[in-house]
Amino acid sequence: MAEDSAPEAPPPPPPTPAELLAQAIAAVPGVTGTHYERDELVVLAERDALVAVMTALRDDTRFAFEQVMDIAGVDWPSRAERFEVVYNLLSVSLNHRARVVVSTDAEHPVPSVHTVWPVATWWEREAWDLYGIVFSGQPDLRRILTDYGFEGHPLRKDFPLTGYVEVRFDEERKQVVYEPVRLVQDFRNFDFLSPWEAMTSLPGDEKARRDPSK
Amino acid sequence: MSDIPETMSKTTKTVEIDSHALNFGPQHPAAHGVLRLILEMDGEVVERADPHIGLLHRGTEKLIEYKSYIQAVPYFDRLDYVSPMTQEHAFVLATERLLGIDIPERAKWIRTLFSEITRVLNHLLNVTTYALDVGAITPSLWGFEEREKLMEFHEAASGARLHANYFRPGGVAKDLPAGLEERIAEWARTFPKFIDDLESLLTGNRIWKQRTVDIGLMTAEEAMAWGFTGPCIRASGVPWDLRKSQPYEMYDRLDFRIPVGRNGDCYDRYLVRIAEMRESVKMIEQCLAAMKPGPVKVQDHKIAPPSRGEMKRSMEALIHHFKLYTEGFHVPAGATYTAVEAPKGEFGVYLVSDGTNRPYRCKIRATGFAHLQAIETMSRRHMLADAVAIIGSLDIVFGEIDR
Repeated sequence: MAEDSAPEAPPPPPPTPAELLAQAIAAVPGVTGTHYERDELVVLAERDALVAVMTALRDDTRFAFEQVMDIAGVDWPSRAERFEVVYNLLSVSLNHRARVVVSTDAEHPVPSVHTVWPVATWWEREAWDLYGIVFSGQPDLRRILTDYGFEGHPLRKDFPLTGYVEVRFDEERKQVVYEPVRLVQDFRNFDFLSPWEAMTSLPGDEKARRDPSK
Repeated sequence: MSDIPETMSKTTKTVEIDSHALNFGPQHPAAHGVLRLILEMDGEVVERADPHIGLLHRGTEKLIEYKSYIQAVPYFDRLDYVSPMTQEHAFVLATERLLGIDIPERAKWIRTLFSEITRVLNHLLNVTTYALDVGAITPSLWGFEEREKLMEFHEAASGARLHANYFRPGGVAKDLPAGLEERIAEWARTFPKFIDDLESLLTGNRIWKQRTVDIGLMTAEEAMAWGFTGPCIRASGVPWDLRKSQPYEMYDRLDFRIPVGRNGDCYDRYLVRIAEMRESVKMIEQCLAAMKPGPVKVQDHKIAPPSRGEMKRSMEALIHHFKLYTEGFHVPAGATYTAVEAPKGEFGVYLVSDGTNRPYRCKIRATGFAHLQAIETMSRRHMLADAVAIIGSLDIVFGEIDR
């Protein structure tokens, strides 16, 4: 084709069903944004409007997310609101998935969605147990995976892998006793990150960036 | 009543509360592991069931955050130790998705083949121990013999009967040994006869039906709300299977049907599993027929290790091997929720990468976690013995629930 021929802009392709879904979800009140990440729909939602958003996602026939597959907490200590709560939704009737993400910190509770999907109770208990994320309106916010009487939230990034207490059976007292963790050798956390990949600037790089005219 | 003196009427008004709490487990053969179930009983009728879990909690998700991606794979065998390879599959697919790589065709066929072998392995254990829970001992004796044959296939392929560590990011660990395909084909010819025998013990058995029909009913709506997947939701009449609806690997090239139940009771969950085993055998045969020789892992040695022979001659291969098993590979930053149809239902991995050689977060969506929670509603107003049948029918393994 000749280069100087008048470039005729091709008509924009019609939106795919996936794009239409993202647009429709973005119009739900309380949703702050939608985008696709590796073909997976990510929905960012406001924390306080969560129950309304989830109810809309479940009941609207365009979305029909009948199932919440998973609720995961993620800890980002450097962020202002350090926790993310990720709801992985599945629509069995329309065969699509979406991931609803809200952020929170240790003080601000996330509204519980157990009224929308009863299965959410245990996952919210798990997020409370492992991260200390509080869910408001959840009547059964007990610990679930850790030991009875456990203290702390083990999946937080500032919680050590070895934990704080260890358990053994004491032959003299004939009972299980809790003691502070004693490590016979230091905890080894190898940093295998390649120095070549980790170092983005080398000594002397500032000389190359310096303006040659000066 | 009026002629009773006032002092007497006071004593007769004493209310006797005969509901009592019963501690079921954590060490109980019918608890399928370490389930502690606090049952509030009204006589022999269950009023409320409160499962206490976490007695097998090993902190898998935390440990994975401290391991490279290759080192994380064996943890998945140890989740649901009855169906090891399908758990690896979810993690491996999630990693590959973040890496954005595609694997060779033979590796896909091998993975599909072993996913189905694992499914039979799992269903055999579940159906037979479930029968054991309600009083039939013969199926478990027969089934374990058949399971042993399947575990030999696991061993031949990976070197381990149970904790295979066979699926790796970028393919599978190594190619199938010579003659294994014929042995699997031979087994697939004889196995339908075994299912017939197993069914002759259970399907029409009067006691089995007394104990399972109309027990633990779940309607399709309830099953949906309680997050049921896999055979449990199909028994409630929802034809939902990730192998059909969101096919991965080679499932879109296989010809198979999805068995669906009608009533959603314990008996239907059993029937669905039996029918799934028959379908799995068909799929295994199709996989064997379609498999062609070829590479079983990607040729990018930044992700999959070079062969031993290559390492003897090539310095570069040696460096790749060393770097791969110390540093591992770097996964581009991002997040994915990837799920597979494990024998128990949807097993998913929510994997978050921050661009380094270790997962930033790896949330494991355990199938039994959702199923176990529904025991509360399923066992209400059932007899105590029925609670055992319900636990058996849900196919619960604590390795995956407690993580």
